[in-house]
Amino acid sequence: MSTDRRPMILMTPAMLWLFGLMVVPCVLILVLAFFRRGVYGGIEYTVTLENLALVFDPLYFKIFLKSAGIAGLSAAIACVLGYAAAYAIAAMPRRHQSMLLFFAVLPFWSNYLVRTYAWIVLLNREGLIVNLARWLGFEGELPSMLYSEQAVIIGLVYNYLPFVILSCYAPLSRLNPDISEASRDLGASGWTTFRRVTLPMTVPGIATGFVFVFVLSIGNFVTPALLGGGQFQMIGNLVYAQFLTANDWPFGAALSMVLIAVMLGLLMLQAVVAERASGRKGAQNG
Amino acid sequence: MADRNTFRLMLIILGVIFAFLYIPISVLVGLSFNEGGLPTAWTGFSFKWYGALLENEDILKAAGNTLIVAIFSTLLSTLLGSLLAIGVEIRRRNGKWLETLIFAPMIIPDIVLAIALLSFFSLIGVKMGLHTIIVSHVVFNLAFVCAVVRARLKNFDWSIVEASADLGASTFTTLKRVIIPVLMPAIVAGALLAFTLSVDEFIIAFFTAGAGRASITLPMQIFAMIRFGVTPEINALATLVMAVSVIALALSQRLNKGGLPGQ
Repeated sequence: MSTDRRPMILMTPAMLWLFGLMVVPCVLILVLAFFRRGVYGGIEYTVTLENLALVFDPLYFKIFLKSAGIAGLSAAIACVLGYAAAYAIAAMPRRHQSMLLFFAVLPFWSNYLVRTYAWIVLLNREGLIVNLARWLGFEGELPSMLYSEQAVIIGLVYNYLPFVILSCYAPLSRLNPDISEASRDLGASGWTTFRRVTLPMTVPGIATGFVFVFVLSIGNFVTPALLGGGQFQMIGNLVYAQFLTANDWPFGAALSMVLIAVMLGLLMLQAVVAERASGRKGAQNG
Repeated sequence: MADRNTFRLMLIILGVIFAFLYIPISVLVGLSFNEGGLPTAWTGFSFKWYGALLENEDILKAAGNTLIVAIFSTLLSTLLGSLLAIGVEIRRRNGKWLETLIFAPMIIPDIVLAIALLSFFSLIGVKMGLHTIIVSHVVFNLAFVCAVVRARLKNFDWSIVEASADLGASTFTTLKRVIIPVLMPAIVAGALLAFTLSVDEFIIAFFTAGAGRASITLPMQIFAMIRFGVTPEINALATLVMAVSVIALALSQRLNKGGLPGQ
C-alpha cells in the first residue's frame, strides 16, 4: 500500500495541472456550446441547441465541408509523397537510413510560421517561381499562385509531410524481406508483390499518417490565413473569428465541439486500425 | 535483391522529396543574406538585414517576451514532467485513463486547447498576459518532458533504487541522489525540447496573450509581419528562429543518445 502512495505524490502536481488547465477548459467548451449568446456579446445562461443547429446551417456547413475537402486532399497527397519517400529510405543501405530519416524530419522541427512563410517567398507576385517562369521566357501576366486553395494545400502538405514519412517508415523498415522474396519466387512481379504484399502490410502506417495530417489540417487556421489570403475561410478561421472578433463564444464553442468530435472519431478509428493490424501480426507469429 | 533500375528510381524519389523539403527553406535563408533583399537579383552577401533586426524595437521586445515565456514554462514543465514520469514508471500499472491524460496534450490540436484556455481564463476573470501564456505552455510541455524522461526510464536499472533503500536512504534522498542524477541527460534533453516548443509556439500564445501589444511573443510578431508581405527583415528573423530551434533540437537529440553514465 505505502509503495503505491509515494509515486502518487510525485504525479499529483502534474496531474492537477493537466486537470485544471486542460480537462476543465475543454469541458467548459462543451458546456459553453449549449448556452445563448448575450445581447452585447457576453453569455446568457439559458440552455439552447441553437448553436449546434447553426453549425449545420448550409452557410456554415459549407465551410465545414470545404475544410474537410482541403484536409482530405492534403492528407492524401502527403500520404502518396510520404509513402514514396519512406519506401525509398527503407530501400537504401541500412547504415544510411537513420541519417536520411533524420534529414527528412528536420524541417518538421523548425518553426511552423517560418515554413509557411517560405512558401509566400516562393509563390508571391515577385517571388522566385514567377521570376523563374519569366526567365524561362513566359511573357505577360502570370496567374498569382499565392492566396489560393492550391497554395493552402501546398502549405499543408509541406508542413506535415515529414510526419507521414515517419509513420510510413516504421512499418516499412520492420517488413521482413523474406516475405517479398517468397512472393517473387512464387512468380509475382515486383508491382504485384508491392500491391498484394508490401502495401497491405504497411496500411496502418499510412492510416496513421492520413489521420494525423487530416486532423491537423482541418482545424488549421494559420496556413489558410497566410497562404489563402484574407477572404479564405476554413473552419479554424471561423472558430478564430467567433472568439476573437465576432465575439460569439457559444457559436464558436459549438463549432469547436463538432470539430473535436470529427477529430476524436478519426483518431479512434485510427487506433482501431492500428490495433487490428497488430492483432493480425500476433496471429501470424502464433 | 532490388535490381539496379529500382534502386535508381528510389534515388530519384529521394532527390525530389528532399528538394521539395529543403528548397523553400534554403531560398529563405539565402535571401536573408542578399544585400539588395529582393529575390530578383543577387547583389552581394551582407548581414545588413540582421543588423536591421537589432534596431527594430518591436522585434526586440517580442524576443524578450518569448525568452521569458520559454524560460519559465521550461523550468515549470521540466519539474512537473520529470516527477510525473518517475511516478508513473515506479507505479508501472497505470490505467488507460491516466495514460490518455498524459498523452492527450501532445495530440490535442493547438486551436482546441487555445480556445478552451481563452474561454477558461476569461470566465474565471484572470487578466491575461505573459503569465497566462506560461501556464498554458506548461500544459503541452510537461507532456513532452514526461515522454522523453519515461523513454529513458524504460531501461532504468531499478535495483540501484532498492540498493539505495537497503543502505538506509529515505525515498527523498534516493530520488535526489540516485534517480535524478542518472536521469539528468534525459531531463536536460526534455527541457531543451520544451524550450524550443515554447519558443516556436504561436496559436496558444496568440489566444492567451490578452489584448494589446504588451505581451506579444516572437511568433506573434512574425505572424503580424508576414500578413503585411515579404520583407528582407522577416527573412533574416525567420532564419534566426529556424537556426535556434534546429540547434536546440540537435543538442537535445545528442544528449538523449549519449547513454546513461556508468551504463
